[in-house]
Parts: sequence; C-alpha cells; structure tokens
Amino acid sequence: MANKTYAGITVDVTDEGYFTNPSQWTKEIAIEIAKEEGVVLTEKHFLVLNYLRERFAKGEALSIRGINKSGIVDVKDFYQMFPGAPLKKSTKIAGIPKPESCV
Amino acid sequence: MSNVKSNPIKKVSIICAKGSLEDVYAAFVMGNGAVMEGIEANLFFTFFGLEAIMKRRMDKLHTGVVGNPAMRLPGGARMPTWLGVIPGMEAMVSSMMKKQMDKLDVPPVSEFIELFVAGGGNLYACKLAADMFKVRKEDLSEHVKGIITVGEFYELAGGEGSQIIFT
Repeated sequence: MANKTYAGITVDVTDEGYFTNPSQWTKEIAIEIAKEEGVVLTEKHFLVLNYLRERFAKGEALSIRGINKSGIVDVKDFYQMFPGAPLKKSTKIAGIPKPESCV
Repeated sequence: MSNVKSNPIKKVSIICAKGSLEDVYAAFVMGNGAVMEGIEANLFFTFFGLEAIMKRRMDKLHTGVVGNPAMRLPGGARMPTWLGVIPGMEAMVSSMMKKQMDKLDVPPVSEFIELFVAGGGNLYACKLAADMFKVRKEDLSEHVKGIITVGEFYELAGGEGSQIIFT
C-alpha cells in the first residue's frame, strides 16, 4: 500500500499504482495519471474511463471482449488510445483496481 | 527477481499443433494475453492446429472425450472411456465447454481472432501442414498473414527478449 498525490489530492494506491478506493478519483486526477502513462486524455477517453468505472461499480469483470461489445470503443481504437497494455493502463487511469481477467 | 524486470519478454511466438478446443484456446489465451500486455505476438498453426484458422471449421472445434483421463462428468466423477464413444457425447461435452467459456468472457474462435488481430497480433499457417491437408489460402481466415515455412517462422520469432512456446 502506498499514497500518491495527484492534482493536490492524496490518494491510496497499491505498489503498482492502482487505486484501492475508487471514490477518491476525479477527472483532474485522471489527467495527471494519464500524463504519467504518456496518454493525453480526450472526451472519448473519458467515455471509456466512465464505462470502466461503471462496470467495476456493478462488480462486473473487465475484459477486452467486454470493451469490444461496449458500443463505446472497438478493440482496435482501445489499443490505440491506451498504447502498450490497454486494459491495465485504462484501469489505472480510471482509478479502479487492476483487472484480474485473462481475456 | 531483478532479472525479471530488466529482461522483460518482448515477443512471443506460439505454435499450435493441435485442433482440440482446449489446445486452440490455450494458444489464443496466451497470444491475446501477450498483446494485452504490450508484448508482440505471433501465432503459428500447424498440423491439426490449422482447423483453428479455417473459416468453415474454427467455430466447430471439439474437445476429445476418449483417451482423456482428466475428463470429468458434471458431478466431478471421472468420465469412463466407454461413455465417450456414445454418439453425440463429444458434441455435447464440447458444447458445454463452449458455454462455460462464454460465461468467463472467452469468445468463440472467430471472435478471438478478431480481438487478437485488433490488438496487433499476427497469425500464420504452416506451409508443410497446409500442403499435406490440401488447405489453400482462401480456406483460411482473412486475418492470416501468410502460409510460411519453418525457416520463415524462425526468422519472425527472433530478437532480444523473444520466446517460442509450443502449446
């Protein structure tokens, strides 16, 4: 467990930087985490982040397949928007725990 | 453990030589898992594994119920070999497996191919096996990049931090 300060707010994160308390998240914080990850957030990014947060709040497992079916973004765009490791990167920026899915 | 951080896997080349549902899924889960981590991934299908990238067969794969000592009945008891030879048993077991996987968000093979390729993964067919089974380019998914020789496969598989996996 660790603490990090984004946009002047101290939040609880894991050693890998994932939020342990998603309610501490704000849009301003997201912009700063994204900067660390080398991503510049657009409106479309926020649609995806909100989708991920909603799914997480409902207790649903997150997967690449689910994102493809979300109607918000297809997989190809998703990879482009969060380059490298898209599901890990997007959940980190969305302020939710690291996904445990293998797909 | 410091070696793990300084020498991360950058590329995996996975060989799938079997056409059973579980073998094909193992290859796709490994391959798709790699692109999800930002690792470059090649999937190479040879021998019966070719079924996984054949347009008309990929979504009709079965799991073997005979000669599989780990096969269990729904209650958890071992499935006797003689039960597996009953007509329709293999189809039923395969359909149950597919339903279970769907619940876990594991897609059908055709959809798995779409996800894998959208993530930047590459699919290849083995030339020798394609010749042997008389499989032509047009029989394969349009996402297959080529029918290649083993030599070409090794060329693709090279580079620092690269690994070859035979499932």
